[in-house]
Amino acid sequence: MAKVLLLADHNGDSLNVSTTRALRCAAALGEVDVAVFGSGAGKAAEAAAALQGANRVLHVDRPENASPLAALIAPQLAALAADYDVLLAPSSTFGKDVLPRAAALLGAPQISDIMEIVDERTFKRPIYAGNVITTVRVPAECKIVATVRIASFTAVEAAATPAPVETIATDASLPDHTQWISLQASGGDRPDLQSATRVVAGGRGLGSEESFAMIFQLADSLGAAVGASRAAVDAGYVPNDMQVGQTGKIIAPDLYIAIGISGAIQHMTGIKDAGVIVAINKDGDAPIFEAADIGLVGDLFQIVPEFEKALGSG
Amino acid sequence: MKVLVGIKRVIDYNVRVQINREGTDVIKEGVKMSINPFDEIAVEAALRMKEAGQATEVVVVSIGPGAAQQQLRTALAMGADRATLLETDDEVQPLAAARALMNLVEKEQPGLVLLGKQAIDDDANQVGQMMAALWDKPQATFVSGLELDGGRIRAVREVDAGLETVEITLPAVVTVDLRLNEPRFVKMPDIMKAKRKPLETIAFSELGIEMPPRLESLGCEPPPSRSGGVKVDSVDALVATLKDKGVL
Ligand SMILES: Cc1cc2nc3c(=O)[nH]c(=O)nc-3n(C[C@H](O)[C@H](O)[C@H](O)COP(=O)(O)OP(=O)(O)OC[C@H]3O[C@@H](n4cnc5c(N)ncnc54)[C@H](O)[C@@H]3O)c2cc1C
Repeated sequence: MAKVLLLADHNGDSLNVSTTRALRCAAALGEVDVAVFGSGAGKAAEAAAALQGANRVLHVDRPENASPLAALIAPQLAALAADYDVLLAPSSTFGKDVLPRAAALLGAPQISDIMEIVDERTFKRPIYAGNVITTVRVPAECKIVATVRIASFTAVEAAATPAPVETIATDASLPDHTQWISLQASGGDRPDLQSATRVVAGGRGLGSEESFAMIFQLADSLGAAVGASRAAVDAGYVPNDMQVGQTGKIIAPDLYIAIGISGAIQHMTGIKDAGVIVAINKDGDAPIFEAADIGLVGDLFQIVPEFEKALGSG
Repeated sequence: MKVLVGIKRVIDYNVRVQINREGTDVIKEGVKMSINPFDEIAVEAALRMKEAGQATEVVVVSIGPGAAQQQLRTALAMGADRATLLETDDEVQPLAAARALMNLVEKEQPGLVLLGKQAIDDDANQVGQMMAALWDKPQATFVSGLELDGGRIRAVREVDAGLETVEITLPAVVTVDLRLNEPRFVKMPDIMKAKRKPLETIAFSELGIEMPPRLESLGCEPPPSRSGGVKVDSVDALVATLKDKGVL
């Protein structure tokens, strides 16, 4: 069986859902060890150990690993990966930052965004903003290095018995040319965009930051996470971490409600795996209607309050 | 400080790409080609550094067919000082591209390399990180804010959780995101002027780089299409349909 190393994305205390989803893909390829780089990230390591498909968790514990810096983690990861046939990371911004740096150190080509396993060396991945799917094969005797498209895999279940956690101390010298300064997270207690089953998203059609409050209200009455188009982020209605699409988040909720979003291909690539797509737009010819399962043509300023009322009474 | 900017010739982002009949590739003939939008932002960032007196020279480089001279000329018209084309008709995968760019870095000794965070054709998002690894220098990826201060850069990165700030020392590789700036439009006189700026062509095969293993492409297909939906004419009908589908 192939030996697989999966890089965990975590915040020290818990795992990012991208990790639990990538583990589904990893486990289909072989026996998986999960690498948790951190500083006292024991909780995240235990969370990884509690997942079905994790054979072992390697907690690489040193003070320099407190912040998720690719320049520091990549050389440690590449060294650890030497004994493995497959090295995977989730296609989160962390995985995308670290993995190519490790791949280059290993002299291996990287596949970005595996969406489907064809066989143990052959994979499907999206190109051209998801408008084309290409099948690529890793040549024999070459390590498989790949990121896993998060929306294409479901999270693994909890394991019956947890896997062992091994703490690894390394003293390899690390560069000091990169300093982590801060993270400005928009946070809040709404559901997480990447794992939510329902998402309400707003676009330029909202017209202002004030009006965008309607989207938050509707989302709250649905228990939904909030997303946005690039135009809405660029215009400053909402922060960048809400952007859905080619350069934002790729998501797969059961229900996606796009309000005042035209449906540019770069946006649609982010929601291709959604269950039911609803579009509310005043332009009946907007491209979003080509992909929407349910379309409602009309003025969002009228429809959204009405919708919210209907949900409240319903 | 010299700034090296990588630009890639790609199918314009407005084009609806088509797969060829053999299912081996997308159709590139007769299709509008442009500078990868992320790379255009990298060029703009470099030019602003030069205008602010922080950079002395902006060199643009592309790996691609002879026709990529068009995109290099556009970058020169935007204000870059000179251009290099590493010419090849073959598809160059990210690790090979990173090695080729490193070859140029050794020659040019730039203080900063600016690239787009990904190319909108292969959407790989790898070259910058790979270059930084091979160069053994810091990287700041997905950058939407950039402040140069002597030998250091303070970069704001767009990450899943929000905005992350890091500080790196130069030389370094920075890959840029869309919100960093809005690239300038080129004006006619600048296009004329750009024709006289130096553009050097080097055959990719003559760089003598060690070619890494290649991922083999087994073909292309369209994504699974979503079946056509329905239009409803009222909020009540919307709610009813959602309940029907079991998502409410
Ligand atoms: C390289 C690249 C990457 C990109 N990545 C992304 C990405 O990740 N995500 C993304 O979203 N975009 C991305 N874009 C941008 C994308 O091309 C579009 O510009 C963007 O998605 C448009 O956002 P929008 O639909 O909100 O705005 P618009 O296209 O302006 O659409 C606004 C819509 O609102 C409707 N509307 C207006 N008023 C009302 C009203 N009162 N009631 C109802 N409807 C109304 C209009 O009919 C219109 O359809 C990218 C572009 C490039 C070049």
